[in-house]
Amino acid sequence: MRRVLLSSIIVIIGITFLGRLSYLQIFSFSPDQVIEDPSIKRVYTYPERGYIYDRNGNLLVGNDPAYDVMVIPREVQPLDTLEFCEMLGIDTDTFVEKLTKARVYSPRLPSVLVPQLSKEDYAKLQEKMRKYKGFYIQKRSLRYYDTPSAANVLGYISEVNEGDLAKNKYYIQGELRGRTGVERYYEEQLRGRKGVQYIQKDRFNRDIGPYKNGSLDTLPEQGKQISVTLDKTLQEYGERLMVGKRGGIVALEPATGEILTMISGPTYDPSLLVGRQRSKNYTELYNDTIANPTWDRSIHAQQPPGSPFKTLNALIALQEGVLDESTTIQCYNGFYVGKKKRGCHCGGGLRNLNSGIYQSCNAYFAGTFRKIFEKFDTTDDAMDVWENHMKSFGLGDYLGYDLPFGQKGRIPSKEYYDKWYGDNRWSSSYIISNSIGQGEVLATPVQLANMTAAIANRGFYYTPHILKKIEGKDITDPKFTEPKYTTIDREHFEPVVQGMADVYKKGTARWLQVPGIEIAGKTGTAENFTKIDGVRTQLTDHSVFVAFAPVNDPKIAIAVYIENGYFGSRYAGHIASLMIEKYLKGEITRKDLEKKMLEKTLEHEYAKPYSGEEFKINERVW
Amino acid sequence: MFGKVLRRIDWLTILIYLALVFIGWINIYSSTFSDEQTSLLDLSTRSGKQLFFIIVSLVTIIVVLALEANFYERFASLFYLLTMVSLLGLFVFGKTIAGATSWYDLGFFNFQPSELAKVSTALALAKYLSDIQTDLRRVKDQLYALLIILIPALLIIPQPDPGSALVFFSLVFVIFREGLPLYYLGIGFTLILIFIITLMFGTIWLTIGLSLLIVLFFLLKRKTLKVPIIPIIIGSIVVILFSLSVNFVFNNLFEQRHRDRFSLWLRLEKDPEKLEEIRKTIGYNTYQSEKAIESGGLSGKGFLEGTRTKGDFVPEQDTDYIFTTIGEEWGFVGTATVIILFSILFLRLIYLAERQKNGFSRMYGYGVISVLLVHYFINIGMVIGILPTIGIPLPFFSYGGSGLLFFTLLLFIFLKLDTNRLKENF
Repeated sequence: MRRVLLSSIIVIIGITFLGRLSYLQIFSFSPDQVIEDPSIKRVYTYPERGYIYDRNGNLLVGNDPAYDVMVIPREVQPLDTLEFCEMLGIDTDTFVEKLTKARVYSPRLPSVLVPQLSKEDYAKLQEKMRKYKGFYIQKRSLRYYDTPSAANVLGYISEVNEGDLAKNKYYIQGELRGRTGVERYYEEQLRGRKGVQYIQKDRFNRDIGPYKNGSLDTLPEQGKQISVTLDKTLQEYGERLMVGKRGGIVALEPATGEILTMISGPTYDPSLLVGRQRSKNYTELYNDTIANPTWDRSIHAQQPPGSPFKTLNALIALQEGVLDESTTIQCYNGFYVGKKKRGCHCGGGLRNLNSGIYQSCNAYFAGTFRKIFEKFDTTDDAMDVWENHMKSFGLGDYLGYDLPFGQKGRIPSKEYYDKWYGDNRWSSSYIISNSIGQGEVLATPVQLANMTAAIANRGFYYTPHILKKIEGKDITDPKFTEPKYTTIDREHFEPVVQGMADVYKKGTARWLQVPGIEIAGKTGTAENFTKIDGVRTQLTDHSVFVAFAPVNDPKIAIAVYIENGYFGSRYAGHIASLMIEKYLKGEITRKDLEKKMLEKTLEHEYAKPYSGEEFKINERVW
Repeated sequence: MFGKVLRRIDWLTILIYLALVFIGWINIYSSTFSDEQTSLLDLSTRSGKQLFFIIVSLVTIIVVLALEANFYERFASLFYLLTMVSLLGLFVFGKTIAGATSWYDLGFFNFQPSELAKVSTALALAKYLSDIQTDLRRVKDQLYALLIILIPALLIIPQPDPGSALVFFSLVFVIFREGLPLYYLGIGFTLILIFIITLMFGTIWLTIGLSLLIVLFFLLKRKTLKVPIIPIIIGSIVVILFSLSVNFVFNNLFEQRHRDRFSLWLRLEKDPEKLEEIRKTIGYNTYQSEKAIESGGLSGKGFLEGTRTKGDFVPEQDTDYIFTTIGEEWGFVGTATVIILFSILFLRLIYLAERQKNGFSRMYGYGVISVLLVHYFINIGMVIGILPTIGIPLPFFSYGGSGLLFFTLLLFIFLKLDTNRLKENF
């Protein structure tokens, strides 16, 4: 007993120690040692964020130095507060309050006293700074916008939030990241990579040298300069035309899918979201829930496409062989669905494909739609075929462009209607509105532009994209450089294109011809409704226009969607025609037309639903 | 004659000893490493000094082995006497370092007589107990044996160096081995248990627990068993009184720093804010050493790569907290190796002690084991946070010339005695 006693004590002690050590070193051990270790300090060097240029090499976004006035509270010595505050442009109460706040945060660490001085203020202050002990000026870099336009496409940057930190380990508190638009989508390219230095500290928080002799340190990687596909001139011009209107304009280069302009109205000057007034401006923009300037209509606004949609129905009919160019349909100033008559603006008479398009005959396309559905034994089969054709134009689903968010639009499927009406309890006459781009179909401006580009290319499109070059090198991503073919054969496009060209020559847009340029286009006038106090109320029609030019060598395909602009040939048609001329000629020959568009606004239309009074829609005068 | 010693000496113990000294030195080197370090034997650095003392210790080993084995038994009483005188002399000539008057300044190094006292007390105790006239069944002889242990302890406490004084009590194990009734040990452990339970749960819960135990005893006892009712009642009263006195002593006689150490050890503080405060003040050492060991993980950060070691986050890291360096730089692999090496050493020494024919050798062997074991237990227990902070070094590891020298002396006197084990008398 006595002999074993000491031996057992030794073994028990050994096991206890090993148990405790394995608890400490194996179970409590976490691999994030370098991050938690109080003896290792990380110092970051931030690279400059990449510049953004337009397709022609014009600067859109650069960087501007900004100057923060910093304070280390415990180094502050008595000072002439009044004079100092005057120079900083703040009152003494604010000064005292901020200083107290800084002291509460830490007496030893620097805090920002006044952020983002302008260059002018900085110049004034710099000379006198010596006088004020405990204060100093810290330079940092802010986004600088060399254009008042393209705010929504380019996007803005802002401080990372809790969600970002949880999702992406790269960021730490206080860093900036792209929040919307190009800044967000190409965040990694633009921001570069911050460099990090690990510094070994002792227990007094003093640096005692590089950790592991700097073997883990990294140099910052410069942010990449990128060129976007936007045409700065055209973008700025389009935004001037959009003043006072709501809607979206998207112009593409059909041969590449490059986005020439992407405009959402109303918009804002991107410089508003930089500098000292940022949070005030942001709140103002964000709280404007009616005009919604931060909402990018060009990719978000899903609206009924209206008559431009007729061109696709014509193409499907040709592809399915249910009619040819000579097939005629009678228009009785409208058409009948059962006993109910639906109107038409075309003037009536016998219509064929060509005049159906250029006069935008509703009856002709309702007939066409019926013919498509009559070809198949069941409505379900017909619906599948129709849906498949439509979707091959990039409608009804995400297009896959390199911008964040956006909406799918809608091409209804048989399941959609089965759910709506019940299984097999609907037929083509129920959904005939889809033939003229009303009914259940929805599309965003960028989808309309893409559809137009596919027609311009006679059967294929390139996925619209905003990135042109990274560091001077053209993009090679096959997602954007390989064509997507539609389900329509090339030969069926010519008659439709001819009809669209005739829209300008003798059709609904004959007043909008551009001298010297042959344009193909299609007007659209989309009925729309809103709810006012719970009552479904019709508003003035949306003005829609799609076009491409020149007809035989398309350089630009454009979709203009102006909310409540009434006829397609009014606002949308005018703007499309001006945009095409501006892009192809570089100048506007029809100064009167331009002046009219620049001056006219639709604010009175937008005020109607909020006026609380009865109002008229679709007024003749404009 | 020396050839015979080398043939008979226990090489396993020597191997473990060398391994421990080597590992210890490596970690002292790492703990005090700075980029300006030049040569290994640079006496201005701590690792250089330690290396010098390792060489001195090796020379000492040769001397120890060369001397006649019966030299140690014959002069044990004289050693003891001289050592006690040197401890007394500290009150007059002692040099004060870090508040404790524990050293003689010998110019090139500071000599700590309490280290020597560990050797001579172990020798003296062995000599007394092995005396043919000593009979541990007599209370007078029990007290006399205890006195041999108590005198150096009492001389060391006022230095003040309570940690070293504590070491001497470990020699009680030797007396137990030689026949002190085991219930002394039982009483001692019970008192410690009551002390801890009282601090953690309070006297009321202790009383409730005790009552439950007694009830349980009555329920489970054999019917035939005669119950010693009066001793149970007296025992219970004594336990409760002791518990009450613990409260009194803890709250009224202890100083705040002692109370803090115990509350830290027994994790009495639950409020997270106060815990944070404790970590920065009295619990700083323990917190930092635990964190440093934890950060080593399974395989450690590598030699000279311990960030907390380099940053001097752990205080006294080359002396009392040397184990944290092993923990941080060599991980669990390193710490487990050290624990296993020590355990093998102790078990081997017990084996060696038990095979002695000569009573003096066996009892001295147990003395060696007791002294080394208590250092090992308290030091590592403190560093890994399962014992309260008591500053004593880790044998063969901690920086300190006289420490290493006397631990070596302590161990190798026994190994020398072991080579002579076959002779009943010298």
